[in-house]
Amino acid sequence: MYILSAILILTALGLILGLSLGIAGKYLKVESDPLVDKVEALMPGSQCGQCGFPGCRPAAEAVASGTAPVTLCPPGGTSLVEQLAKLLGIEVDLSQTEDQEPMVARVSEDTCTGCTRCFKVCPTDAIVGAPKQIHAVVADACIGCAKCVAVCPTECLQMHPIEVTLRDWRWPKPLAKAA
Amino acid sequence: MIRQPISGPHVAAVQSVDNIMRKVIFALLPATGCGVLIFGWPALYLCAVTIAAALLCEALCLKMKGVAAKPYLMDGSAFLTGLLVAMTLPPWAPWWIGVVGSAIAIILGKQVYGGLGQNLFNPAMLARVALLISFPIEMTTWVNVKPLLFGPGVLDSLAVTFSASVNTDGLTGATTLGAVKTGFSLNQTLPGLLYEYSGWLSFIGWERGSLGETSSLLILLGGLWLWRQGVIQWQIPASLLGTLIVFSTLFHWLDPQHYLSPWVHLNSGAVMLVAFFIATDYVTSPNTPLGQLVFGAGCGLLIFVIRSWGGYPEGTGFAILLMNAVTPLIDHYIRPRIYGRYRNGKPLDISQS
Amino acid sequence: MLSLLENPRLRGGIHAEEYKAETSGLPIATNLPLPKKLYIPVQQHVGKPAEPLVKVGDKVLKGQLLAYSQGTISAPVHAPSSGTIIDVLDYPAPHPSALPIRTIVIETDGLEQWTSLDIPADPFQLEAEEICLRVGAAGVVGLGGAVFPSAVKLNLGRKNQIHTLLINAGECEPYLTCDDRLMQERATDIVSGIRLMLRGMNAPKAMIGIEDNKPEAFSAMQAACEAFENIDIIQVPTRYPMGWDRQMLRYLTGWEIPADGRATDIGVVIHNVATAYAVYRAVCLGQPLISRTVTVAGSAVAKPQNVEVLIGTLMSEVLNFCAADKSRTARLVMGGPMMGDALPLSEVPVVKACSGILALSAADIEDPEVKPCIRCSSCVTACPVGLLPLEMASRIRVNQLDAAVDLGLKDCINCGSCSYVCPSNIPLVHYFKFASGELFKRQQMEHKSEQTKRLIDDRNKRMERIRLEAEAEAKRMAEARAARLAEQAKAKAQAAAETEGS
Repeated sequence: MYILSAILILTALGLILGLSLGIAGKYLKVESDPLVDKVEALMPGSQCGQCGFPGCRPAAEAVASGTAPVTLCPPGGTSLVEQLAKLLGIEVDLSQTEDQEPMVARVSEDTCTGCTRCFKVCPTDAIVGAPKQIHAVVADACIGCAKCVAVCPTECLQMHPIEVTLRDWRWPKPLAKAA
Repeated sequence: MIRQPISGPHVAAVQSVDNIMRKVIFALLPATGCGVLIFGWPALYLCAVTIAAALLCEALCLKMKGVAAKPYLMDGSAFLTGLLVAMTLPPWAPWWIGVVGSAIAIILGKQVYGGLGQNLFNPAMLARVALLISFPIEMTTWVNVKPLLFGPGVLDSLAVTFSASVNTDGLTGATTLGAVKTGFSLNQTLPGLLYEYSGWLSFIGWERGSLGETSSLLILLGGLWLWRQGVIQWQIPASLLGTLIVFSTLFHWLDPQHYLSPWVHLNSGAVMLVAFFIATDYVTSPNTPLGQLVFGAGCGLLIFVIRSWGGYPEGTGFAILLMNAVTPLIDHYIRPRIYGRYRNGKPLDISQS
Repeated sequence: MLSLLENPRLRGGIHAEEYKAETSGLPIATNLPLPKKLYIPVQQHVGKPAEPLVKVGDKVLKGQLLAYSQGTISAPVHAPSSGTIIDVLDYPAPHPSALPIRTIVIETDGLEQWTSLDIPADPFQLEAEEICLRVGAAGVVGLGGAVFPSAVKLNLGRKNQIHTLLINAGECEPYLTCDDRLMQERATDIVSGIRLMLRGMNAPKAMIGIEDNKPEAFSAMQAACEAFENIDIIQVPTRYPMGWDRQMLRYLTGWEIPADGRATDIGVVIHNVATAYAVYRAVCLGQPLISRTVTVAGSAVAKPQNVEVLIGTLMSEVLNFCAADKSRTARLVMGGPMMGDALPLSEVPVVKACSGILALSAADIEDPEVKPCIRCSSCVTACPVGLLPLEMASRIRVNQLDAAVDLGLKDCINCGSCSYVCPSNIPLVHYFKFASGELFKRQQMEHKSEQTKRLIDDRNKRMERIRLEAEAEAKRMAEARAARLAEQAKAKAQAAAETEGS
């Protein structure tokens, strides 16, 4: 007798509470900014395409909907991964990821023909030069997307790692010898 | 840069993990020796089997992890865990209790969490509680005091530990706490229940109990030595024992017939062992002095509560496990005050200084 | 009881083996042979590098200005000896990376001819601003290791109307005894320097904090200060890092400098005792900062001692003078063994920041294996700032730098007490230095990405503008063409009408 009443009461309680949660979830919902905009704001915005998407907005849409991992953006580095993980509330194991060595393009002056194909595709206007004149890359503005390298007909554009000077030298991470 | 730049400091203190483990083992030896002396050869065999099982389990787990086993086996952490498990077992328990206990302590209590330094619960206490709940008969069979040369001989003791064929009727009895709890359930009261209790014998260890924890005196001495060596801090033992003394004194004063005196509390059920060796375990206790005080106080309170009002006569194992679970919370909220800031992290107000 | 826990006068720290006895009893050696070449980096201070004004081939005199300071936070650099400028090049810096730094190389002529020095008649009658100007012109920087331009600090102190000057004579690092010997031998000069600093800041009083492991220095300084009521010398317990200025201030006065503020915010300025000596030399003798006392020690050094070294002398020469055995040197350290930098090569110049050159043998450094953290919290006990090194390190290991910052990473002073006591030999300070550098790098990357967005924006606008112009042009051309065609058609029609009419 007691068992029957206990079962009935607990089942009813479960149903009522579950229903209340469902109703609250629907009617007391808090509206927030679209996630995609927030994700896009965090991205570097260089539209370089290294993630495989045709720009930062499509990449942001993919990340927000969960079809792309938060580690998709090489220029963003681990800081971006951390920020995206925090925003989307997902766990990311950062111990294996490392920042990619930043690269800048450099024009090898003996082989440049002045065809101007490169500065037409540079998204940040980092290449200066005129037709039939040797071009040069403004290293400060170069974001390392490598689009210019792809279009250069003489392969005079190469990617080089940025040289470290005493001013921007930083301590490397201690080697993990133990667990 | 061809090689990794080397960061300071370029000198270091002599303290090492091996050193620390060895000191703790050394501090436990007198109490273990006393246990062997009081309970005979079976106690020694049980100790040996438990420690050997602990080392074996550790080696097995390390092999599965693909890590070099030797440095970890030699640093004394598995040995210490095995020794602590052995000390909490009944001295004439069969060998497989020791093996299962060690296996639970090392595999489930330590390696599954990630190895040295990663466990949430104290492995020895985890093993003890698991054994207590799973094998209540074997874990509550307390043999009478049978000193080394007066009990079974070297070879007979092998039979005691390694086979189940020895009849122990008439050789066992209840511990103080067990007797008192049973008595209360039969509506008997103190001080009648303690008719054959002797405070001093209990202090030096001449009573029924677990292998290594009967002698409160030797454990206390070992613990104090460890404190002077700088291996443990005073906060946890002081707050644990202090809280226990405060509560037991209060209740004993209010109702002496139903609450044990503080002296009985301190001398029974491994409180000393727990206070100096188990609760002070680095990995499972809080990082800050204030956090340690809170931790110790919580342990003391829980020990008293479980002993007085809980179903089990002995509360230390459960108390420790519960406080271990709370340790991360303590660590999160109790942090030292950073120089130049208030406790909440905001920088100091200039006008104040 | 709680207040003791909350505000201990002395928190954390370690008691390290001192290794000072070998060098603290010997006088400062002033007979280091004049080097053939001196390598003077243009940046030996915090702030903007100095700009050279000499050219290759110029003849310079001892104490002559080689490079002038740029901007408010900077310091000039002077010639340590007379000779000829033979090169201005990028030479390896005394830094763990040995990356190059702009260096002026002088070939000495052996004459040690001084340039004309401006020695005031009565230094103690100079105006406060004048004192600060002279100190700045002499290139005096903080000689405790921080190398902050002292004139800037003095000016700041005067502007903030400070009430106490604290002279840091702690010298808590093991091996180092340069400040100790300086105080034993030149106490009166140091006190003159302190009086000049007080005058330069219009400050009423000074106190000198000295560790109690330097009794001779204490008596010497006490005797020198007796005549001056407003200068006190007080002993503090020997415990690394007592020389951390904030710890010493709190110990002596109970005042705490707020986390995001400076000492001047609470009315105090802190200077190292060797800096006070340099101020004396700069103002009373008119000499710029061109030399400093350096402790040369370590097991691989046969004749450990303090040496007065000209800035720009190569460390290898100083080590040779002290009979260092290169084959036994496992590690070369600039500074003390706790916070000093390990240098990959010894052919680098002695700079203003170099308080010690340690040639440590393998036995001294004992580089043992790193084990996992056992959460013993010895590091928490040792930390003088009140941080949780074990927690910060475990976050940094998995690249969760923001979590480490929340735990107080930015307040870490990199003293090394935590790494010193760690029984598992975890390189805690290395993690924190890495994390600080990484955070800075991320900040720079954020700036770069903002700049990138701006550049792309500008480019898009430019493209848009070009496109619109092109469209407008095309439209105009189309209209013009249409108008022209219309004209032609009209003219044709008219001509046809006329032909018909006539």
